Parts: sequence; structure tokens; C-alpha cells
Amino acid sequence: MASAITVEGLSKRYRIGELQSAYGTLRDSLATSVRRMARREHKPHYEEIWALRDVSFHVQEGEVLGFVGRNGAGKSTLLKILTRITTPTEGRATIRGHVGSLLEVGTGFHPELTGRENVFLNGSVLGMKRREIAGKFDEIVEFAGVEQFIDTPVKRYSSGMSVRLAFAVAAHLEPDILLVDEVLAVGDAEFQRRCLGRMEDLSQSGRTVVFVSHQMQAVSQLCDRAAQLDKGKIVNEGPAGEVVARYLQSVGGAGSERFWTLEDAPGDELVRLRSVRVVLEDGELADAVDVRRPVGIEVGFTVLSDLVIPVFPKIKVLDRQGDVAFNAMDTSERWHEPANPGEYVSTAWIPGNLLNEGLVTVDVGICSFGGVKLHPHAGMRDAVSFHVQDPGKGDSARGDFRGQWRGVVRPLLEWTTKER
Amino acid sequence: MRDVATTPAAPREISTARVTVITPAPRWPHFDLRELWHFRELLGTLVWRDVSVRYKQTSIGIAWALLQPLLMTIVFTLVFGKFANFNSKGVPYPIFSYSANLAWFYFASAVTLSSVSLVSNRALVTKVYFPRVLLPLASVSVPLVDLFFASSILVGMWFWFGVWPNAAILLAPAFLALALVTALGVGLFLSAVSVRYRDVPYAFPFLLSSWMFVSGVIQPIREFPEYAQWVLAFNPMTAVIDGFQWAVIGTAPPDFAKTMVSVGSTAIFFVVGLWFFRRSEPRFADTI
Repeated sequence: MASAITVEGLSKRYRIGELQSAYGTLRDSLATSVRRMARREHKPHYEEIWALRDVSFHVQEGEVLGFVGRNGAGKSTLLKILTRITTPTEGRATIRGHVGSLLEVGTGFHPELTGRENVFLNGSVLGMKRREIAGKFDEIVEFAGVEQFIDTPVKRYSSGMSVRLAFAVAAHLEPDILLVDEVLAVGDAEFQRRCLGRMEDLSQSGRTVVFVSHQMQAVSQLCDRAAQLDKGKIVNEGPAGEVVARYLQSVGGAGSERFWTLEDAPGDELVRLRSVRVVLEDGELADAVDVRRPVGIEVGFTVLSDLVIPVFPKIKVLDRQGDVAFNAMDTSERWHEPANPGEYVSTAWIPGNLLNEGLVTVDVGICSFGGVKLHPHAGMRDAVSFHVQDPGKGDSARGDFRGQWRGVVRPLLEWTTKER
Repeated sequence: MRDVATTPAAPREISTARVTVITPAPRWPHFDLRELWHFRELLGTLVWRDVSVRYKQTSIGIAWALLQPLLMTIVFTLVFGKFANFNSKGVPYPIFSYSANLAWFYFASAVTLSSVSLVSNRALVTKVYFPRVLLPLASVSVPLVDLFFASSILVGMWFWFGVWPNAAILLAPAFLALALVTALGVGLFLSAVSVRYRDVPYAFPFLLSSWMFVSGVIQPIREFPEYAQWVLAFNPMTAVIDGFQWAVIGTAPPDFAKTMVSVGSTAIFFVVGLWFFRRSEPRFADTI
């Protein structure tokens, strides 16, 4: 397939200060120059930063590429260059096809104009032909759900209404290449679902999409491939799920694997924690886990001396907010007696269709019963983490719904229905 | 932006065959007319937006377009026509003044609107791409609508004063075009400067009122000594006002040589303005 976007060595340099506001007043500038001339100073030395540095990538026709990264990593600058709002300092980008962008919904909306007038204004600002807008007008208005108010000035709209109308216009663009920046942050869950659906439609009809977002869930769901930007450079590129998982780790996840030597292993004189791994059914290490599949937390530990009381492995599973999803310990007969010295590996299997999507962190401990509390002999907070993803095939608890699905857990329940 | 070329499509596959190459801004800007043509509909939309907002926002709407030059004419007539008894090319001072004010008000609004066109469309400039030239270009077209409505009073004055235009009226659009191109040149320059220096727009009223006094709005330029007329010919508005009056109220035709000086001067205004604008354009979105 042909490449829709080819980016080679793209760089963008800003002078410090320029990012906030480079404009000043002529009066100040003149005053400074006069002062400088009087003191025979040279031109001021500007500090420079590279918002993008030597970025290269390809996007195939029909591919959906996501960009992740912290604020200031260069994602927005990249999109601004690709949409030609600003020019690069170095490098080159070649774009094949008509580009549509959703850098911010509602660009060019004018409060004094009616909804109808704004649809035409906004559509034409986004590069649609008037004929095209007229043809899709009814569809747009229906999508936004503002039929009754279409001849009312937009200044009388609620903010939700104008955002919906703005997105509806943008959603009906039919470019060959769509550049999207954080549009999913607007609107209620139902509206977000429609937006995601619309983007999916576009990508399924062979449109190329470049998508920048902070919503990792949306990136891993919508994108084929993703790239992580950090300080203006691409630091990681690959299948969306993997890139997202690695990005989440880099911003606070613990990683899916931990090992300790006996000397520095956490624990007391009786038990030491030696390893913790996140594994799939086949024993493979996993950063990202399909919401429908079981995932194992493999805990390796060493019992150092003859024990007088029984110990057992235990995990505590926390969601992204740090709320405890559940605790679990190995209750099998084996641990009812004190264990012999030696190496042990226990795996706790978390069933599929239990955890909700997002980053999951696991605390691990080797504990004994100590009166009213569990006594941890060897333990590690935030021992490992992994990312639960819903590929959206319709057979998870969320069904065909694509929007946000709240809750710490996401069990797939059995429903029974009787007709009375 | 030399290399930001939009290659036209092979027939049928218009959209997919479009190739855009994005490279750093060249040192010497060039002007892409083909791209401008591609965006012609957006120009129409921008003009339409500004016109409809202009007539919606002011409660008296169209009346405002009529009142401004009319009130100015009344004041000028009282002060300069009656008390100072200025020469008015052999026609009653009110119609002399109104015809001059028509052209002048068009020019002044065109310069003012186009000079702030980038800053007041910040949301567009920072969010979507289109040739930025469209903004000042739309702004110099918008006050043509005011001019159109305000012309109705001139028609009334033809009847009232019995002063009629001759065949030269066909040349009225040409003189207005001269005003438009001059306003565009000035607007291109000042809009680009205003992006960088936010205090520049405060100087516009002063600039424009000074300019009016040397454009023949209050009294004919022909009253000035010959050498001064030649100097003033470098101000394109002297040719615009003089020529427009010839066209719409049948006063004596303007001097051809001096008019040509003005035309040349307009060309310089336009080229310098456009060059400066295109040169500053790559940095608009970063600075604004």
C-alpha cells in the first residue's frame, strides 16, 4: 500500500518565551533597542528549545496511527506542522491526499450567527465545499441533536449543544487523511461513543487517521500502530497496545517483571520475595492483557529456614486510581503447614472478564496470620503493573458499546430473562 | 512558502492525488495564486460572515452605513463649506463632500478591518490552515457592502442638487479598485505588524485621520500648488477621490500623469505589503 504520510527528519525550534506569547508592544521593543544602542549591547541571546527533533515516520494509506506522550512532548506541534498551521524549522513531510483536521472543535464558530449559519461557516473553514455541506446538512443537525435550535444564534446555545454541533460538522468531513487532537475529551459518554464510532467508520472506510490523545484506552482501541513522543523525539513505535503499555509504565507503571537477588530481596530472616511476573496462560510475560483472558501473577519466593508457623503468598490488586480492586491469598492445603526451606513459585490466576480496562498495579506479600492482622514477612508495594485492554470485539462485558465503562471491575455476568 | 505546493489532481481522483509537501519556510516568499483559487469559497464565506455579523450586531444595521458618511458630510459642509467657504469643484459642497466621503469611508474601513484581521481571527489562525492572505482580502471586501448602501444617498443627491454624472461613471469601479488595492497593501503590512506588536492598532485612527487631510476629502487637491500636487500624487487616495468624483458627480477629469503616479504608488504599496505579509506568515501561528 502507498504511504499516505511520509515524515523525514522533522524538527521545530522555538525561542523560549515564544511558546507563551511572542508578541509585545512596539513601544517596548523600541525602548529596548534604544537602551541597547545607548549601552552598545549586542542583540539579546535567545534560548532555544526543540519542540520536535528529527522525527521521522510513515503512515500507510488506511492506517490509524496514534501518538502518545506527556504534555509538551511535541504531539501538538507535530499535528500543527502536518496541518500546515505552522512551518517546520527543518525536515520534510509529504502528504498524499486531502487532509482534514480536528485540532479543536468549533474553530471559527461565531456566537452571533445561527446554528445553520455556523454549520456553513465552520464546514467551509474546515475545507468543505458549500455544496458538500448543503448535502450533509440534515445529517449534521441530526447527529448533533439540535434540530429545534438550528435557527437560533449560537450564543444562546448551552456549551454542550455548541460542542455537539461543532463536532457534528467536523465528523462529517470526508478527508483522505484525518488528523485528530483530543476531541474525545468533550461531551457526555453517549456523545463520546458516537464520536469514537464515527472515527472508526472513517478508518474502516480506508481513511488514514493520525490521532493524538491522552486517553490511552481510545488509542489502544482505535489505532493500529502508535508512537510515543518524548521531548520532541519518537522513543517508541509499534503496535498500539504495546506502545501504550510501555508508555503507561514509563509514566508510573512498575513494569511487568521484577527480580531480586537473595541479598537485596525484600523479606525477613524467614522468607524472601525473589520475583514477581505478570504472565499469560502460556507463561509469556505480558505488559498488556486482553480483558477477556486470564492473567497470572507469578510470585517467586525463598523460604530460608524451618518455619514454625504457616506462610502463604498474597496479592492485592489496585486500579489506576489506587483503589483496591480485591485481595487474594493462596488458601490451598499446602500452606496450612509450615513450608520446608526452598524455592517456591506460586501463580495467582485472575480470571478473564474481571478487571476493568486501564493500568492495574499489584502489591505482593508472603504473609502469616498474626492475630487480627496478616503479618507480611516479605512484601513489595507496586510490585508489578500491567495494562488491561478491551479490543472491542463485542464479546466482553461492554458488548458493542465503545464509550467509557466505569467501575473497578468489569465482570461478564450471566443474565437470565423470563417473559411473564 | 515555495515548496508548500498543492499539485492539482489527475482527473477523477481529485482528492487522493493531491500531494502536499511541507518544508521549512523559504527565505524569499512567493505567491501561490493557484492555491488562492483553491480557497476561493472560503474567501466568500469569510466575507459573508463579516457582513452578516456586521449587520446583525449593530441594532440600526444598514442605517449605520448611511449615517457615518452622512454625518461627516453635514459637519464638513457646515465647517468647511459654509464658514471656511472652501472651493468644491463647482458643485454644491454637500455633494462634493459626500462623494469624497463615500470613497474615503470605504478606504478607512478597509484599512482598519484588514489591519486587525489576523489578530481578531486568532482562533482560525492557530487552528486551521488556509492562505492567511484571505483574511485581509476578505476584510477589504466587506466595507464594499456599506459603500453600496451608502451610495443610495448619493443617488438622492443627484436629484436634489441636479448634479449628474456622465459616461465617466463607468470608471467608478476602477477608482474603487485602486482604493481596494491600496487598502489591501496597507492592511497586509499593518496586519502582519499587529501580530507582532499589539499596540500598533492604537495608532490607526491617527494614521487615517492624518491621511484624510492629504487626500482631497475636505477640499480639492487642485487648490494646492502644482509641486505639492505632484508630491501628493504619491498618495494613491488623491487619485481615488479625484477620479471617483469625476466618475460619480461629473467634475473635471483628473490629470492623467498624476493618476499614473498614484497607480504606480499603489502597486508599490501592494507589493511591499504582500511581500512583508508573506515573509511574516510562517510565524503567525507561533506569535499571535
